[in-house]
Amino acid sequence: MGNWFKSGTPWIWLNAAAVSASLIAVAGLLGLIAARGLGHFWPANIAEIDYRKDGQTIRLIGEIRDHEDVLRERLVSAGLTVPEDVLTVRRYQIKNGNRDVTGLDFAWILGPDIQAQRYPDDLVVIERREWGNFYGYLREVREAGKTVASGAAAWAVMHERLQRANGLFAQIRDIERGELGSINYELEQLRLETRRLELKHQTTPEALAEIAARRAELQAQYAELQKSLNGLYSDIRRDSIAVETQAGQLVELPMSKVVHALRPNAMGVGAKLRVYLFNVWEFLSDEPREANTEGGIFPAIFGTVLMVLLMSMLVTPFGVIAAVYLREYAKQGPLTRLVRIAVNNLAGVPAIVYGVFGLGFFVYFLGGNIDRLFYPEAQPAPTFGTPGLLWASLTLAILTVPVVIVATEEGLARIPKAIREGSLALGATKAETLWRTVLPMASPAMMTGLILAVARAAGEVAPLMLVGVVKLAPTLPLDGNAPFLHLDRKFMHLGFHIYDVGFQSPNVEAARPLVYATALLLVLVTVLLNLAAIAIRNRLREKYRALDH
Amino acid sequence: MSERSVPTHAIDPQILSEAGLSRRIENEDICMQVEKLDLYYGAKQALKDINLSISRQRVTAFIGPSGCGKSTLLRCFNRMNDLVDGVRIDGQILLDGQDIFAKSVNVADLRRRVGMVFQKPNPFPKSIYENVAYGLRLQGVRSRRVLDQVVESALRGAALWDEVKDRLHDNALGLSGGQQQRLVIARAIAIEPEVLLLDEPASALDPISTLKIEELIYELKARYTIVIVTHNMQQAARVSDYTAFMYMGDLIEFGDTNTIFTNPTEKMTEDYITGRYG
Repeated sequence: MGNWFKSGTPWIWLNAAAVSASLIAVAGLLGLIAARGLGHFWPANIAEIDYRKDGQTIRLIGEIRDHEDVLRERLVSAGLTVPEDVLTVRRYQIKNGNRDVTGLDFAWILGPDIQAQRYPDDLVVIERREWGNFYGYLREVREAGKTVASGAAAWAVMHERLQRANGLFAQIRDIERGELGSINYELEQLRLETRRLELKHQTTPEALAEIAARRAELQAQYAELQKSLNGLYSDIRRDSIAVETQAGQLVELPMSKVVHALRPNAMGVGAKLRVYLFNVWEFLSDEPREANTEGGIFPAIFGTVLMVLLMSMLVTPFGVIAAVYLREYAKQGPLTRLVRIAVNNLAGVPAIVYGVFGLGFFVYFLGGNIDRLFYPEAQPAPTFGTPGLLWASLTLAILTVPVVIVATEEGLARIPKAIREGSLALGATKAETLWRTVLPMASPAMMTGLILAVARAAGEVAPLMLVGVVKLAPTLPLDGNAPFLHLDRKFMHLGFHIYDVGFQSPNVEAARPLVYATALLLVLVTVLLNLAAIAIRNRLREKYRALDH
Repeated sequence: MSERSVPTHAIDPQILSEAGLSRRIENEDICMQVEKLDLYYGAKQALKDINLSISRQRVTAFIGPSGCGKSTLLRCFNRMNDLVDGVRIDGQILLDGQDIFAKSVNVADLRRRVGMVFQKPNPFPKSIYENVAYGLRLQGVRSRRVLDQVVESALRGAALWDEVKDRLHDNALGLSGGQQQRLVIARAIAIEPEVLLLDEPASALDPISTLKIEELIYELKARYTIVIVTHNMQQAARVSDYTAFMYMGDLIEFGDTNTIFTNPTEKMTEDYITGRYG
């Protein structure tokens, strides 16, 4: 035994065990998130259940989401009637949708009360733009209130008409988001211009007339678009479908509210896989609906990536310049040591403190003054004096700058003295040596700093809630209206989205898989951003590989 | 500062010699002149009252045991010691009569005129071409044609052209140690310095590469004034015209190489050369 300890074998085992534990923890975490999140997009079968309740048999239609075994006593004390001779009773969670009809998305039912369970092929899941999913039997397709198809034929007819409605819906959205958005933006610019002229006392009749002319022109365009929109709206309202609910009630759903309809019980694995991939793609590329609990999260992905890129662009020059001064120019003494300790400690300050600093200094002080100086026409509405993309990026840049400084300093310290002397001996000044030789050679270290900064920034939520992230941003910070990149806009962020969907949503139960899916996506985005930085670093490393004497 | 700017080549060497200021060599064109040079690292004196002259287009070798100050003296010639904290220098070094420590001297200009090759090859992690073109680019030369010409002639001058002409744009770190050292010499001569300082240029190389470097030194002296530090006495005897023997910061003896090696005046020199210590 003693020999075994002396041989060092226990150490090797201990170290290997620590590594394995870490790996298992990471793999387990990712596995859990992936399993919980990705399962959500699979089109599950829908059951029709005959269920005994208070002596009557009622019909339930829905997706069996979960089950658990509950102690009999608990159910008895809750006032439910359960069989005498069992210890535990299995109960099932049914997602029966139809929130607008039944008021509840989910129901728990007891296993022993289930009398029959069927999976009829013609059960339909309808994904709607509002009120969540609808489950039931498609009975009729109607045009302006008149039935055009019913029974078995209804399914095919509905699909044709659904395609038309979705096409119209896309047109409406394009006009509202695109052209109407642009016109509104320009009208707002005109209003600001008028106000600007007023503030400068330059309201000449000619200038005003010109603005009025442009406004009239825009308003004419607006009216025209409004007219075509109205046409589209009345077109899209033409069709509707009638669906039978679990209670046997016939409910009419306007076609304009249907996103798509499926009969999962009739679908094979291949067809379901197609739907699955489509759902995943929709999740990635679409905008959120229904208080973020439905639809996609594209604006959040976009906001996260854009914010991290902006942060990188701000933090790299700032950190590198500071590190160059500290390492190359500053006299190495107690003061530089103190500065270095302070910088290192900044990395340990809780993120929310940076958020408070960002709000107080950037938003209220800097932003407020920018507004007073450059945007007096918009007052009292703030332009930069309110949380926004720029301030969020800056706050995160401040948060991550210590990491970049430390990494760059280490990189600079590693450049061999011989290289610097070689450059100086050829008549280069210190600045030329730095610029032409030392900094390129230290660039991999800078990238390492940036990688660490990105890893920290992409996952940060707390400070962002104070300086620019919102639950739902009406427009992306990047669009077709000059100046294209709107640094003053608020934006959405994956981290905050998780928090919002998970804890602030009106329908937490339904949104839970989305929390996992979003978390997985946040991890993926962070990993991708990091991989990009690592790829750049490796290329630089290859290019400036250190001298091996 | 006014006394420092007096051009010394106007002063009769005889007077200087008689005043004991210099151990000047007769009938040679003097390129650099060291006068009463003291150098301190903090409180420690590393060079003590050095006086010697470097002849134009000749090879001058500094020999002596480790720590005798020969490299320190060499690094005074292009003010490389400026980079070391706590260095103090008294006395002067004249380059064509101009004191290189004068305030009016631009260090970068000085280093352009006095090139240096270090003990270990230190090519930049760039292509062979860019290594040689580095000094020219610093001077703002952009013309591709001029650069091509200079790179070729410098590489030829360093006897490296034939070995690398097909891979000028490969990374210089892929060359062997001896090739790297010749590349560094090419890099130094590309900017046409007047003086070339070689700090033990062959000490990190194998015998064949060493031989190549020595042959190269022999060819280069037709165009450049060369000062070489070496701890290899055979090398000093083979390549140099003049030799300075240093010990513990003192210049013990300075004279033409033949005399130093065959008939030294000082007992210490003889002991060192015959291998009794060092």
